[in-house]
Amino acid sequence: MFDQLQTLIWIIIKITVIVLPLLILVAYVTYAERKVIGYIQVRVGPNRVGLKGLLQPFADLIKLVFKEIVVPSRSNPYLFIIAPILSLVPALIAWAVVPFSDGLVLSNINAGVLFLFAVSSLSVYGVLVAGWASNSKYAMFGALRSAAQTVSYEIAMGFSLVGVLMAAGSMNLSQIVAAQSGGIWQWYFLPLLPLFVVFWISGIAETNRAPFDLVEGESEIVAGFHVEYSGVGFALFFLAEYASMVLISVLLSLFFLGGWLSPFEGIPGIEKLFAWIPGFAWLFIKTAFFLFVYIWIRATFPRYRYDQLMRLGWKVLIPVTLVWIAVLGILIKCHCPPWFAI
Amino acid sequence: MNPIPISMLIFYLFAGIAVLSAIMVIASNNPVRGVLFLVVTFIASSGMWMMAQAEFLSLILVLVYVGAVMTLFLFVVMMINIELTSQKRKFSYYLPFGAGIILLLVLMMLIALHPQYFSFGSMPSGVLPKGANTELLGKVLYTNYAYPFIVAGVLLLTAIIAAISLVHRRPRDCKSQQVTEQIKTRRELRVRIVNLPSEKKED
Repeated sequence: MFDQLQTLIWIIIKITVIVLPLLILVAYVTYAERKVIGYIQVRVGPNRVGLKGLLQPFADLIKLVFKEIVVPSRSNPYLFIIAPILSLVPALIAWAVVPFSDGLVLSNINAGVLFLFAVSSLSVYGVLVAGWASNSKYAMFGALRSAAQTVSYEIAMGFSLVGVLMAAGSMNLSQIVAAQSGGIWQWYFLPLLPLFVVFWISGIAETNRAPFDLVEGESEIVAGFHVEYSGVGFALFFLAEYASMVLISVLLSLFFLGGWLSPFEGIPGIEKLFAWIPGFAWLFIKTAFFLFVYIWIRATFPRYRYDQLMRLGWKVLIPVTLVWIAVLGILIKCHCPPWFAI
Repeated sequence: MNPIPISMLIFYLFAGIAVLSAIMVIASNNPVRGVLFLVVTFIASSGMWMMAQAEFLSLILVLVYVGAVMTLFLFVVMMINIELTSQKRKFSYYLPFGAGIILLLVLMMLIALHPQYFSFGSMPSGVLPKGANTELLGKVLYTNYAYPFIVAGVLLLTAIIAAISLVHRRPRDCKSQQVTEQIKTRRELRVRIVNLPSEKKED
């Protein structure tokens, strides 16, 4: 009994070590978003709280925590309170299988990709339950839009993951990264380029970010599913959105950009020069790149119309993945160099 | 007293959650809450499958049933918005009938399986061979059961085509957008610039 308790405590310590930096990172992603969009729109962004506004996310958090939680009349109070938790939890438990460096992972399971996919399919419940429990027409519309959008883009996302695990021959995330070692030209963004783009686009759609943020389209349905939320509930929804953004960025780096592998691997001379940089630093840089592109896209593109969104998902992304899976099968069967040579 | 293994505690936790929420599915008089309890049941039984080292089945259960089927279910149930007052307390009305079915099912399981599996101590582990579950399942599906697997796939494809052709209207019955025409359009096709002579002000 005692050694089991010890294992349990050890796991809880590991979870804390992963989740606390993640939450701080999420706080600074919100800050980065406001700063980057500010500079893109020739503004300065937040610069009052702390040095260059660096304490702004914490000021926002404290403000939201001390606000009153308003539960709308004739709503469903239990579900209304559970919904933000339901949307945050899947974004956090997915980190259990994410490897940060070689061997640096909470649980190194063989069905890692499947686990990630199962967990990410749960995230729609937070939005659906929030929209229904609020007893508001706008929230309901937001929830319905979200359900249709998430279910549609999940298919494209799943098919691009099928391509990744075909190429790697494994569903273990550490082994997928290990299969990409040997240099920047071995990373899967080259042989799986269409799947990489599809995964990227459907990742943006899955996290309900611009230009696919019809779920909270402020011009037509005010703020969508979280119209009725205030205080901590609202903060949790934002936390969930940014945590899943970070998750999608990490997954993109792991599946297609070689995870913790150095981009200078296999190049004589430069390889030695950058050998001192630890693996998780490369992973962090790649993740930061994808997060920056998230923000950049939000500042640049107008929102899709709903029928255009559905057409893109069903008539463009899914056929592209289906075709590329067939092509990939041929490439693997022919041992096409340099990626699939034995 | 020998200590209870922690895996057993987790198993009974999941089993308890599954049974309780399954009862709540039929006992709750709000259909949306019923669907959400069904989701909890699925997640709990997926946890039990994970305990039995069937990780592929357990994750696919979450992925397919919880992630896709139940989402659409919830979608439909939210839309139809059943009058809550009209269907109050049908649970007790149907209880004798349901209890009879439960008894029948338990009897069938007792006959099909040996009664020794029904003691508290026996755990459903060690049934499956060790190793990566997904790989083993794939090897069996594509060798021993290749034809049944393909037939099942064709059956599903037929069902998809049937469902789509039932609800799909022919193009002349419904208005739809022609995307290529929309993209190819030019200004001259949509806007006509009319040159109006300016009129002199009369005084």
